[in-house]
Amino acid sequence: MSEATHNASHQESTTQDGTEAENALSVRNVYKVFGKRPAEVIKRLKSGKKRAELTALGTAAVIDASFDVKKGEIFVVMGLSGSGKSTLIRTLNGLWAPTQGSVVVGGTDISAISDKELRKVRQEKISMVFQHFALLPHRTVLENAAYALEIQGVAKAERTARAEKVLSMVGLGGWGEKYPSELSGGMQQRVGLARALCAETDILLMDEAFSALDPLIRREMQEQLVVLQAELGKTIVFITHDLNEAMFLGDRIAVMRDGEIVQIGTPDEILTNPANDYVAQFVQDVDRTRVLTAGVVMEPPLAVVTISGGPRNALRTMRDLQVSAAFVVDRRRKYQGIVRDRDVMAQVEKRATDLAAVVRNGIEPVSPETALNDLFGRAVESPIPLPVVDDDGRLVGALPRVTLLAALGNVPSTTGEFPVVEVAVAPIPEQMVTAALAQYEGVAK
Amino acid sequence: MTPDFRIPLGDWVEVGLDWLTTSLEGFFALIRSILVGAYDGLEWLLAAPPYWAVIVVFAAIAWWASGWKLGVGTIVGFAVIVGVDQWSNAMDSLALVIIATVVAVAISVPLGIWAASSLRVSAIVRPIMDFMQTMPAMVYLIPALVMFRVGVVPGIVATIIFSMAPGVRLTELGIRGVDKEVVEAGHAFGSSPGRILRQIQLPLARPTIMAGVNQVIMLSLSMVVIAGMVGAGGLGGDVVASLSRIDAGLGFEAGIAVVILAIFLDRVTASFGKSKTRSSTKAA
Repeated sequence: MSEATHNASHQESTTQDGTEAENALSVRNVYKVFGKRPAEVIKRLKSGKKRAELTALGTAAVIDASFDVKKGEIFVVMGLSGSGKSTLIRTLNGLWAPTQGSVVVGGTDISAISDKELRKVRQEKISMVFQHFALLPHRTVLENAAYALEIQGVAKAERTARAEKVLSMVGLGGWGEKYPSELSGGMQQRVGLARALCAETDILLMDEAFSALDPLIRREMQEQLVVLQAELGKTIVFITHDLNEAMFLGDRIAVMRDGEIVQIGTPDEILTNPANDYVAQFVQDVDRTRVLTAGVVMEPPLAVVTISGGPRNALRTMRDLQVSAAFVVDRRRKYQGIVRDRDVMAQVEKRATDLAAVVRNGIEPVSPETALNDLFGRAVESPIPLPVVDDDGRLVGALPRVTLLAALGNVPSTTGEFPVVEVAVAPIPEQMVTAALAQYEGVAK
Repeated sequence: MTPDFRIPLGDWVEVGLDWLTTSLEGFFALIRSILVGAYDGLEWLLAAPPYWAVIVVFAAIAWWASGWKLGVGTIVGFAVIVGVDQWSNAMDSLALVIIATVVAVAISVPLGIWAASSLRVSAIVRPIMDFMQTMPAMVYLIPALVMFRVGVVPGIVATIIFSMAPGVRLTELGIRGVDKEVVEAGHAFGSSPGRILRQIQLPLARPTIMAGVNQVIMLSLSMVVIAGMVGAGGLGGDVVASLSRIDAGLGFEAGIAVVILAIFLDRVTASFGKSKTRSSTKAA
């Protein structure tokens, strides 16, 4: 699957209710209760009791979880320890049978099948990466990577060839003969990932897969996972307690607390529109620059002049808005560049009617998908707000520095109070502009 | 001064034993002939060749299992046994220990695996093992004697019962101690429980299981002397004889032979537990 499809699914997920066919995974009203009287616990939970009141009867690890995971999506389940996320992910491949509710994997309800059929589903449809890697220490890296294929009954020569291919894909080509204990943590988890990829299942479950790694290695693995996912089009359910990780990886995120899913949404939705105080508190610490994109925080571009309007109109617009520069677009609103008031005034004074002559192209426009993280450097260098253009080259917004700062501080990004074009250079005083215009108009009359 | 009540436990045991010996006579006879056959065969194998040939074989095993030091030590140790004229007795006892260990391991390891798979089984097996291990060993000799008559067989049977417990315990412990996530990984990739046992649990539990086997062997050796009381012969026979004759010299000679056998078996089996897997450290 291409990057584009990946993005497409990202956007659809919020608006469109998936039908059975495009869901890789479907979870309906799943409860998992450990303890003496699970059925009684569920009954009382349904009648409104809280989980903390029922500890004598049993521990409700997962309470009424329902969600769909679409094909090719990275679905992140995020929560602190004890929130039930690890139990939830284990119900998805039947390591735990749900106490109540159904889990449908690729069209098969795995809560209603025999052990043998369940093993078949695990072999063919859903594989897993573990927090502490869970490699077989008495086997080589290659044998570990080929483990799933061995279980599937693939002949030795073929599984060796396939495992070698996947190992080089995760950057471990040539390490096949080593033993896991001879590898660093990051490399061991690459083996874990290779083992899961080698199974060639459509769905990949990742249980805190990067949590045991150093921050630098973790970042590297996250980026590699995104690249691999774009290349292979796997459906990934990723468990983490790290919100930054969730925001970076997730097409959608489910936030769990005390066994319940409190919110499901895209990273933007979770960040900008938290469902309750708990989520709000949680997202306070997130590195917003990695999550928020230009498209989310940008402001409507007000200081816009059209190239066909000519220098006089442009100068008047800039005077009215008290700005020293403006974006220039053509009749189809395609971004052309910027103009400076001094240049435009010179044109006016020269009686020239051509605005195109003074349009500058020094500022490269940004795409709405760009993360804020990548914009700070450019915002600093640019004397005027960064223009945001869509895929067709149309100007859709502007990013003044103050907006970037506001986004960081979680201040509502569009206040309407900021001048749309902030001034690095003070605008020409109003009287002078008016005088110039008047002079021109006088001559014209 | 007898108390007012008396539990007739001894009577019950005797009644039970009588019933067992009469109703299962054929079964006991079968066991007896199997054990006698195995023992005679093994004893012949160890005692028939010239002693130096046997010592060379033992030294080679020790060298292969551990290294040249243990190989040399084995030659010296067994030469001492020959020197104190206990060679033939030592081979008898070794045959007994090997037979008892093989049977005890064949019973205790599967039992341990079963106990590891189910808390209920574990809860039942554990007190039985406690009972078997703490009951004074000589007590087993009496019913064994009744069932299998005088000779080497009651010695073997009593040894098996007495030495089984650590085999069961350490097997259960070893399998329960295998990293849960690795076992989960087996399940997650669709492996069957039998395959997980073979490919994951047993290999990873091997050091602990081998420690259990090692303990079984050591306990068997310690029973050898006691088995001498029921006519099992070997080193035990000489120790019992020296006791009745107050012959400290003979007792010590037989005793030192037991010690040498113990050290040899312990070092060899201990190195089986460690070697071969390149590293059994947990992935972390």
